[in-house]
Formats: sequence, C-alpha cells, structure tokens
Amino acid sequence: MSAQNVIAARVADIAQRTPWRTRGRVAVWIAGALLAALIVAVTMLLAKGTGIWGLDRPVMWGLAIANYVWWIGMGMAGTFISAALLLLRQDWRASVNRFAEAMTVFAVSVSGLFPIFHLGRPWFFYWVAPYPNAMGTWPQWRSSLTWDFFAISAYLIVSIVYWYIGMLPDLATLRDAATTQRQRYFYGFLALGWRGASTQWRAHASAARLLAGLAVPLVFSVHTMVALDFSQGIVAGWHSSLFGPFFVGGALFSGFAMTLVLAIVLRRAFALDRLITDTDLDRLAKLLLAVGIFVAYCYAVELLIPFYSGDAQEIAATTARFDGPFAWLYWLTLICNVVVPQALWSPTVRRNRGALLVIGTTVVVGMWLERFMLIVTSLYRSYLPSVEGRYWPTVWDWLLLIGSIGLFIAMFLLFVRLLPVVSVYELRKRREQTA
Amino acid sequence: MPSLTDAAIESRRDFLKALALSVGGSALVGCARAPDDPIIPSVADRAGEDLPMFYATALTRNGYANGVLVKTRYGHPIKIEGNPSHPASLGGTDIFSQANIFSLWSDERSKSVLRRGSLSSWPTFGEELAARLATSRNGSGVRILAEPSTSPTLQRLKKNFLARFPAAAWHTYQSLSRDNVYAGAKLAFGEALETRYDFTRCDVMVALDADFLTTLPGSVRYAHDFATRRTHSAPTRVYSLETSPNAVSILADHRRALRPNEIHSFAAALLDSLDNKATDSPFAKWRDAIVADLSNARGRSIVVCADHAPPELHAVVHTINAKLGNLGATIFLAEPLLDETDQLSSLRTLTDEMRAGNVETLLVIGGDPAYTAPADFAFAGALDRVAWSAHLATENDETSLHCDWHLPLSQELEAWGDARAFDGTASVQQPTIAPLHDSKSGIEWLAMALGESTTGHDLVRETWRSLSDDVWKNALRDGVVANSSAPSRQATLRTFDIKPPSTSATDTLDFVFRADPTVGDGAHAGNAWLQELPKPFTQLTWSNAALLGPETAKRLGIVDEDVIRLVANGVSVEAPVIVQDGHAEQCVTLPLGYGRTRAGGSASGIGFDAGALRVAERFWQTRGTVQKTGFVRPLARTQRHAVVGKDSPVRVVAGDAAIAPNETQPSLFAPRASTTGYAWGMAINLDACIGCNTCTIACQSENNISSVGRDQVRRGRAMHWIRIDHYVEPAAQPRLHAQPVPCMHCEDAPCELVCPVGATVHDSEGLNLQVYNRCVGTRFCSNNCPYKVRRFNFLQFSTEASRDSQNPDVTVRNRGVMEKCTYCIQRIETARIETDRDGRKLRDGEVLTACQAACPTSAIVFGDINDPSSAVSRAKADTRNYALLGELNTRPRTTYLAKRRNARTELDE
Amino acid sequence: MSQIFGRHFDLVFRVALIGSIALVAGLIVIWRIAIAPAIGAPVEQPVPFSHKHHVGDVGLDCRYCHSTVDSSAYAGMPASEVCMNCHSQLFTTSSLLAPVRDSVRDGKPLHWNRVYRLPDFVYFNHSIHVNNGVDCANCHGDVARMPLTWQASSLEMRWCLDCHRHPQAAVSVAANATTKPTLREAAQLTECSTCHR
Repeated sequence: MSAQNVIAARVADIAQRTPWRTRGRVAVWIAGALLAALIVAVTMLLAKGTGIWGLDRPVMWGLAIANYVWWIGMGMAGTFISAALLLLRQDWRASVNRFAEAMTVFAVSVSGLFPIFHLGRPWFFYWVAPYPNAMGTWPQWRSSLTWDFFAISAYLIVSIVYWYIGMLPDLATLRDAATTQRQRYFYGFLALGWRGASTQWRAHASAARLLAGLAVPLVFSVHTMVALDFSQGIVAGWHSSLFGPFFVGGALFSGFAMTLVLAIVLRRAFALDRLITDTDLDRLAKLLLAVGIFVAYCYAVELLIPFYSGDAQEIAATTARFDGPFAWLYWLTLICNVVVPQALWSPTVRRNRGALLVIGTTVVVGMWLERFMLIVTSLYRSYLPSVEGRYWPTVWDWLLLIGSIGLFIAMFLLFVRLLPVVSVYELRKRREQTA
Repeated sequence: MPSLTDAAIESRRDFLKALALSVGGSALVGCARAPDDPIIPSVADRAGEDLPMFYATALTRNGYANGVLVKTRYGHPIKIEGNPSHPASLGGTDIFSQANIFSLWSDERSKSVLRRGSLSSWPTFGEELAARLATSRNGSGVRILAEPSTSPTLQRLKKNFLARFPAAAWHTYQSLSRDNVYAGAKLAFGEALETRYDFTRCDVMVALDADFLTTLPGSVRYAHDFATRRTHSAPTRVYSLETSPNAVSILADHRRALRPNEIHSFAAALLDSLDNKATDSPFAKWRDAIVADLSNARGRSIVVCADHAPPELHAVVHTINAKLGNLGATIFLAEPLLDETDQLSSLRTLTDEMRAGNVETLLVIGGDPAYTAPADFAFAGALDRVAWSAHLATENDETSLHCDWHLPLSQELEAWGDARAFDGTASVQQPTIAPLHDSKSGIEWLAMALGESTTGHDLVRETWRSLSDDVWKNALRDGVVANSSAPSRQATLRTFDIKPPSTSATDTLDFVFRADPTVGDGAHAGNAWLQELPKPFTQLTWSNAALLGPETAKRLGIVDEDVIRLVANGVSVEAPVIVQDGHAEQCVTLPLGYGRTRAGGSASGIGFDAGALRVAERFWQTRGTVQKTGFVRPLARTQRHAVVGKDSPVRVVAGDAAIAPNETQPSLFAPRASTTGYAWGMAINLDACIGCNTCTIACQSENNISSVGRDQVRRGRAMHWIRIDHYVEPAAQPRLHAQPVPCMHCEDAPCELVCPVGATVHDSEGLNLQVYNRCVGTRFCSNNCPYKVRRFNFLQFSTEASRDSQNPDVTVRNRGVMEKCTYCIQRIETARIETDRDGRKLRDGEVLTACQAACPTSAIVFGDINDPSSAVSRAKADTRNYALLGELNTRPRTTYLAKRRNARTELDE
Repeated sequence: MSQIFGRHFDLVFRVALIGSIALVAGLIVIWRIAIAPAIGAPVEQPVPFSHKHHVGDVGLDCRYCHSTVDSSAYAGMPASEVCMNCHSQLFTTSSLLAPVRDSVRDGKPLHWNRVYRLPDFVYFNHSIHVNNGVDCANCHGDVARMPLTWQASSLEMRWCLDCHRHPQAAVSVAANATTKPTLREAAQLTECSTCHR
C-alpha cells in the first residue's frame, strides 16, 4: 500500500478506530478535574467579586491578566507557523501545522475568558463593543482596551476559519474512510460536500493563501495591541515603545515552545514518528532558539532604556526588579527564558526529544513568569513613596489558572479524538515532491 | 436654620417612619432596573420635605461642648458641620463630631432595657427604682456614678437629687480626666482653675508633650487660631518636646523626642534660666534657644503642657507663663467648668464603699468604668458586691455586664440637653431626630429617679427659665446662648517647691498611657468610621500598638508587628509593636481604648488593653520591662513606606522663601484653550495641615464611603477618598510631614485615557468625573493614576444596614465599580441648579467641599480658579504653590502650598 | 460509495446557518422589549385618581398638588390632607375616596404605585427643568387626557440626551416670564455630571 494511503489510514485510525486505553482515559480524567476547578473558580468569582483574588491598591491587575497574555501568546505560533511558512513555501510545516493551528484556536478562546472575568462587572463586558444602545453612548476609542476587544475577536475568527478551511480535504478523507454511519454523517457534515474536484482544489488553495495573507499581519497586530494594554499606561516599567516587538517576540517564543511540547507528546502518544520526523522537531527547535535570542535581546534593551533615559522613576522601577521583594521572579524569568534555551545550540540536544520536552516546558513556564513579573513588579510601587503594596495570588487566582489549562487540554483531547491531527493531503503533496 | 420645638419632634417621628424606608434611601449602582417601591407622601401637608435642613446643636467631648450644625434629609441626620457662630468651632470640627453620625445609626447600639440580661421595660425599671429609693430613707446607700459634665441642667438635677436624698452621694469618673490640670492650678494658685489659651496673639509656642491642636478642650478653636496667626501674620516659632509625635510635631519648627521625666526637668531648667539661675542641663543648647525666643515674645508666647502632665509640671508651666507676662495676655484662668476636679479620689471613695458593701443602690450614667477604671481598683469586682445596680449606656458593655439593669442611653443627636464649651459658652443641645430606640438621656433618667415625668425639653427649658422665649429661640437657632461665656479671672501665684522628677532606673522603660487618637479611652470603639481612620503617623487601623523608639527597638531586637510582653505593677500584657520614628527612646507609648471584651461585634477583642497596667498612683505613666515573645501579630496599616529623601512629595521652604517652580515639561498636547465658565480647583496649604484626619472622615460621611473592615484594610483596600500621607524626613531629630491627598483632577488625566467605556471623563469645568453606573471595572484607571487616589469596590462593601445614614445626593457604589474624590460634585451641582434657577453666578465660597468645610485650620481651599479674586486663585498665586508630581505634566487642579519652617540654625546641627 | 448528503442539503444548510443567526438576534430583540418600560399602559392605583377629571375638567394647576415641582428636585406628591381640602366638601361619601379619608383619620400615608421609574443613580431635578421653561407635557404627556395615569416617555438615557443636545427646542418661555432661563451650553448639558453623581 502506497505511502499516502498509509498516512491516510494512520490519521483515520487515530480519529476513528484506535480505542483510548489507560493513558488516554487518565488524560480525560485530568482534564475533567481541572475543568471542574475552573467552574468552581468562576462561580465563586461571579458570586463574590474580584475581591476573592489577592488584588489590592496599587496592584489592581494580577494573575488574570498574566494568564490572558500568556494564553494569547501561545495562540500565536499556530497561525504563524502555518500561514507565514505557507507564504514562504516551507512545506515541512505540513507535519505540525494542523495541531499548531488547533492549539492557536483553543489558546485564543481560553485567553478570551480572562479579560471578561477580570472585570469588576463582567456582565457588562459588551459595553466595550460599539452597538446601538438605549444609553446613546459609545466606547472610548483612545483606550487600548477598546481596540484589544477588536484585535482578539478578529484574530479568533480568522484563526478558526483558516483552521477549518485547511481541514476540509482531510475531513472528506475521514468521511470516506468512515466505518460507521454516525461517523459518516458527522464527517460528511463537517466536510461541507468536499469531493476533491479540481475546481474545489483551486478554490481551496487560493482561499488558503488569502487567509494566510490575512492572518500573518493579524498575528502581529493582536500582540502589539496586547502590548499597548500596558505601554499605554504611564506606569514606570510599562511605559515603553519596546513593548510591541517585545510582546510579539515573547508570544512567538511561548508559541513555538508549546508547539514543540505538543508535537513530542502527540508523536509519542500516537506513534507518529514517520509523520512528525526528527528533522521537523530539529527545525522547530532552531526556530525556538532564534526567537529566544530575540527575546533575550528585548530583555537587554528593556534594561537599557530606563538608564539611558535617566528617568528617576523608571530607574527606580527597574532596580526594584533586581533587588525588590519580587526580585526572585525576575531572575527566575531570565533563567527560564534566556539561560535554558541556549542548550538548543547543540545538535545533540535538538535531536533529544526528552531534552526538547524539558526545554519547551521551561520556556512555557518562563513566559508565564515573565508576564506575572511585568505586571506585579511594575504595579506594586508607584510615583509616591507612600504608595506601596504587596500582591500574592489567593487560591482563587490559582484555581482560575489551572482551570484554564484544564479547558485547553479538554478541547485539545476532543480535537485529537475526532479530527485529523496532521494534514494528510499536505503530507501527501510533500511525499510526492520528495519521492 | 429653622429652630425646633418639641412638637416638631413628635411630628417628625412619624414623618420619619413614613419616609425612612421610601424616598429617604440612597442609590445603588448596578441594580440596572429602576426601583419599583411605592411613593409614600406624608399625611400632613409639609412643603419642601426633601430639602436639607440644618439644626444648630452641640456635641460634647469629655464633657466640653463643640458647636455643630446637623444636616438632615427626610428627617435623617446625615452630616455634621461646624457651627461658625460657636466659639469652640468657628466652622471647624474634629473627627469625633463627624463620626457621631455613625454612632447614631450604628446597629451595635443597645436597643432595649435589659434586666439581668433578659428583656424588660422602662416602667418595670421605674417601679423598682422608685421602690428602692423609697425604702432607702433619705437615700442612704444610694450612689450615682456619672461622667464629668459641664451641663447646667445636669448640675441642677444633681442638686435636686442630693437635696431630696441627702444621704446619697454623687461620684464622677472619666479615664481621660483633667484632674492634673486642676491639681496643678491648686499648686500654683491655691485653687483649682481652668486654663484657656488665645493663639491669635501668640508668636512663640512651646508644647511640652502637649497636643493643643487635637486633644485639649477647645482644640478645634485653638487649631483655627493657631493656623490663622501662622498664615496671616509675622512668622511664628513652635517648639515641641514630646514622647511620641503628635499633631503639633507636624508644624513644629523644632521638635525633639524626650522621655516624660526629661520633659519635666527641661521645664524646670527653662524656669531656672528665666530666673537667671544658670544650672547646667543636658539640653542647654535647646533651653537657651527657647528662652531667648520666649523672652523676645513676652506676652506673645505660650508654654503649654498636656492634661496628663503631672501637677508639678502644670505648676511650673504656670509659673513660666506668669514670668513671661502671658497670664492675662495669651493665657486666661477661669473657674473650673467640670463638676468634679478630683475624679480619681471620687471613684476611689465609691469603690471602697462598694467593696465594704455600703452601697445598696448604684446608678451609673454613661461611661464604662468597669473597663476604664484603674486596674488596682478592681471596679468590676466591687460592682458585683452592690445589691442593686443599673447602667445607662449606649452599648451593652463591660459595666452593664456587672449591673442588674442595662438601660439604653440616648445619643446626643436624639436628646435635649445643654453643655458648656472650653470658654464657658453654653449651648442648648436640641435633638435632630426622635430616639431611634427605647432610650432615655441622662437628665431624663435623673428626672425619672426624682419621680418627675417631664420631657427633656422641659427639663432644659426649666434650667434656662431666665431666658425669654425669643432669646431661647435664638439660642436654638444660633447654637449658643448669647454672652454666656465664663469670665476670666485673676489669680496670684504662690511659691511652691519643685520636686525634681526622680530619674528612672536603666533596666526599666517608661510606659506612658495615652488616649488613642481615634477611639479615645474606648468610648468610640464601636464606631467603625473611627476604627478604620488611619491613626496619624502609624497609619494603623482597627487596633492599637505599643510605640517604641527606633534605638530602643533595635536594642531589644524588635521590629514592626512583633508581639512584646509588657510587665508593670505586677501585671503583664502582650502587645504588637510599631517602631515609630521620632519617638522617645527608653519609652513605650501605650494607647488606651482597645482590648475591650464587650464593645460590640467588630470592636471586641481587637488590640490590647493597656489599661490593665494602669494604677491610680501612676495613672498616666509608669515603669516596666519589655520582653520579646517571638510571636507576630499582623497589623492593618494603610501606608508601608514613610521615609523620604530629597524627592519628598512634601516641599518645605525656609521662612517665607519662594519655592522652585516645576519647570514646564514639553508636551505633545496642544495647549488647552482657557474656558470662560467656572473652573474648579483646590489648594491645600501644607503649612496649616495638622494631619488630624477630620477631612478624611468628613468625606466618608458626605460621600457614603464604606468601611471595609480590618482584613480588607490589610489587603490595601481601604476606601477613603482623601487620605493623609505621613512622611519622615531623616535628621538628628526626624522631621515629620503630613499631606492630604484627594483626587488631583488632572487636566491631562492619565486615568481618562485608558478607560474603554468612558466611565471616567473630563467636564468643561475641569472636573475629572467618575460615572459609577458606566464603570465596568477594568481598573486600568487606577493602575494609570500616579497618585493612586482611586478606590475600587473589590467586594460588596456598601450594605443596606448603613442606608439610613447615607447622603441621598450621592450614588452608593456596588461591587465591581471604581470610585474616587469628586470635589463633592453633588454640592457643586445643587448650588449650580439653585443659581441657574435665579439666573445668577455662584459666589466664591458658596460651594464648600466636605473636607474644606470640616478642616479646623482652613488648610483646604476650593473654588473657581477662573475668578482671579477667589480664595483659591489667591492661594494658587502664592509663591509656595506647587503641583504634586508636576514633572508628569498631568496639570493637576489640586495643588499644594509648601510648608514653611522658621528654624534656628544652631539647633539643626 | 453513496453520497449521504444530496444536492438539496446545500439549501438546508444555508437556511439553517442564516436561521440560527436570526434566532439569536430575535431573542435579543425580545429580551430588550421585555425589559422596556410599559409606555401608555395605565397604572392601577389604590385610589383611581383621574388627571383627566382634575386637570382636564376642573382645571387644577399641576402645582396645586405637586407643590414643590418648581422649588425642589422632586415634584412632590400631595399629602392626604391636600386631597381633603376639596374632598372634605365634595364626594364626601364616595367609596372610591375611602382610602384617602382613612389615611387622614388614621394618620396612615397612602401608597401610590410608581408610574415613572428612574434608576437611583440618575439625579433628575424637576425645579431646574420647570424654571427653564420645559413644559410638564414634554415628558409626562397630556395628562388632561389620562383617566388613569400612564408613562408617556421611555426615560431612556438616549431620550434624555435628545433634549439635552437641543435644549432650545424643548424650552418654551412664557411671554410674561419674569426671569429669563439661563441655559447651560448643550455641551455642558450632555456632560455626565449633569445627571450622574
């Protein structure tokens, strides 16, 4: 049986036939438990108010916002990998783009929860949107938060469409490979009547390119927007023109790290060695290293700016990061995001899946710490000596974080259970070209 | 101000019942749906019932009257203002008068008559009392224990009572007694006398541990006079020698921390060198400087010591003032105003009799002696030996626990009465609402004991029988009985031998007992506003703490929040510590009024009971040892960091020097076109601010600001719209600064830029508005506020319970909403609507913000900065005017006038 | 392999797609209507008071009952005694007026049901509107035709703003007016602080 059919069969197996054994079940149970935690946390939050968190004056933002930036950051890689690499004709992307895109969609959806739930009155979140209303009022267009609303929603919609369109041919494949009537209906419905006709292929190709062209600038806009949520403030430690590229870089960094982690896990879980090859992982690792260096550069510039500007408040804020009550946070961030990734220079490390898994995870954690550090160390002190606060998350902050992780895992498990985890038709193309 | 007759009260009671629960309440943001409750008009035709009414009355503090105007809406007293025509107020108030509104409506007040803990009634009590008085022929075994009072009506009834029951006796006790003042006068002049001061003619002040700005009777007036003199005439000089920082320290040109004994001997040294008896003293340099200044200001100076100073010190101070020719010039003597000049022995006599079992019937009027009496009296124990006892009090407290009867005492805003101010001026207290609960006032109770069934009104009117109805009406309208002040009188100085204070052993520390800045001796413990009011310098709320000097703390290895064991007079108490810059070394300050067991829900069991260490012999000061326990007790403080360097937000200039203006920063914004209408602005004169917190609590009362409780304060969630930042400027003798910080109403406000829903916006008159009902709570505005004056409702802080005391003109904020100082926009709008109606322009001073109106030193000025003649424009034109964090280019409408320091250079070395 | 979805399904699919969107929109509309104030619906009252009779037929001035309308924020609801000014003479036996008589006899106030509901965070002031020549009818409609009173205007913020943006349109100054109304600029009248504090 020819290579492409093997691929098709394998992917179809994952989605349709392979029954989940203990490991799969455990994963589901874990996801379920974390999901329950999320529900408890949110219910409590809506019942009592944001006061259940560790927030105070002056630290009015905390974990919720850190989580938001973290998730939306990870929601970057997928679109970037598939879209940008598609435009650059990097066909090795075929092996990773599908689940990377899925990861994007899920991560962005999860991130969208936080800006809403961190509101004092979440039930009025829609006031940020411009719509005809009985109050005769409009949003405040100078505020970055208003634009953030558009950035997130636009990015989410485009990512979903791009992901779905890309999946159509494979959904059709699954439909044809379906064994039971229920599956046939399910995939048939999702395949939107894809028959693989040459007209459809042509339309599909151009649609893909179009959306890719649309998605790539969005990737940058959404994270620049997130950066503006901070740099628009005059808070010492936030008020910097560096934040745009800094956040885009950071997002790519965490995104690639997450992709790497998922790739290794999937490959292990479903024995996809022939689909996600060592070379693919190696390429991902190189990408990760490259972005890592850029992020390290940003850290350096972030130090340069205050001292170069000579602004007393900025300098004070920066030095407070070195030796203030939250110094450990700063140094830990540097270790995770700057020191550890340097190991990727060595080819042996890049070919060692275990090492890659560890490094990837470290970066993902490190990027979360970075967001937390940026928010808290900038806010806990202010221009007046009299204003100084401490912030430490309560159990409710943490529950919301792990709950959101649960939501992500749950969605991802559903994805691998029901949908094609790798792009069959693109791998086929790739094999044909290589053959 | 409409006056008030008894009839009016009766009708206002049902008026209240009709309205209290309908239109009288305040708004609640977030209930998006409009209210659906019925409209309930009154039965009797009464026009304009929703318009605010002001009633002139007086509130007493330790027996002395402070004149106030009580603002009522729908029959609810909701706000206290100063009474400009009352000598003790001149428009200013203090935190205790402001907090009265909370005490009145407090849910923790006792509401019903209790007989041994079980529900009873006034008639039952009446019968039992009458029976006992009848059986006790001519009142043998009958005793009354009351707090010291200046009330003529109480005096009259007291006389009647003792006439009717000659064998009965009347005792008086209050733990913040003025005994030493009278004893000191006895030493110096051979008779007990009141002392009162005139700061309007005083250029040199020497305060010997004496906070004459916030603690003396008449201190509100003193603060006013002090500030007026300081602001409007020749540079004055203030010396403060103190054990722990107080209001005077903030504006003192020179302050120095000394132990109580050192202060005593310093005074002696002063006297000596005035007599040209040059003794050598460790403080020679300071002594000589002060003597020099004093002798240059004969008849224009005041040396003052605190009520709690030992009698000898009082006598010494009298002598000094006499030598300086201040008596009759800046200091005046008068007959005692309080009805008891030696309360401690009065209470001792009573306690001994009680323990001996000679007391069969004891009536306690107000107070809480079981908690406040000296520990060695074991008053509570003695109380149990009394056959039949009754306690009339606002709370079912420690004393009530040991009495057979607890009877609810009317709050001062509910009852008729009268009282004299520090200068003897009499005021009639008129109720502003019918008693909320089944309570009686002290005089009504006495009348009851005398078998009279007259109303409070008639009792007081009877006392002032001499006044014609017109004069009486005027007295009610103005809040003062015309020319009733006590004449000052001469007294000849006697010679007395000055006992040099014994020097203290090194192994022990001085323990000094002081009234707590916000809860006094515990009388205000039940008041959440006062509990949550950050105490000056320590910024501590909801607790007291032992204050230590930095050196002493270092020697003992103690830091903030450590718990220490204090041992004195054979008793030991455990207390958390605050290390206080500028506090005397080898000396511990122990604020009274905490560690109460029955102060009502939120106030019971917080802090420690310093009173347990207090014995009659060493009433204000004792010796003891301190050990570290190793335990830590977290304290709820509103400010963590106080030490400042050159970049201090509080700017100080030497003498009348001008201040370096903020250099104008380049801005991307186009210069704003100047407006023609009103432009509201505020100027805060740091050279007049004494950090007394009155603005903070006045604002809380005016703007329906919630108390959040100890835990929330610890989390940094206190809600006060105007806070007072305290700073310490390191020096040999640290300099202390206070700075009130309300919203700055920046013209280029960072908060407005970042709100996604436009809930905080600018209006054409320069107000930075906060629209609660539009706010969704992103909190970006607070992050972006460089002054951090915004407050967020993290939880549902406002409660239905506080509804009755709230200002219906101000929206009550629900959880999830940001709030902040609005320059009292409700007052601006009300005034604007009035003037728009009669088509005229607002006059300067027609709109006063709550903080401005309450400030005893007029440190806060508010008004239209487009009007060059307005007070605020003139203030901002001052060469000391500066903007806080001006370098940020936020162009704040609230600016500050730098502090002036008129220093003697040789003392700074 | 047999096709599971025929050609016709394309149509079904599109209709379903559009339908679901329409459904959501429809639900929102229904919800808005449900919470909108009931304009034009007469409100039951303990006493069936008729503005039509008192204003239309008798010709009473609004201020006879709503006596503080030009001096205070609240128009003022008549005290029971005010009703009795006339009804101690007229219809003294009418059972409809029993509640008023009882109210005065027992000193128990009447409980009128609200016709106009304003959220508590809105500070509306009758006096400034009346004194600046805004006719009662502008907001309350022609009460002279209302046997039982009903709400004549929505009181939505949008509705308030319509007037505040073009104040002159709503203002009618009587020829014999003693003081000319001093109107703030429209720009000022539309500032949040005008109504929210």
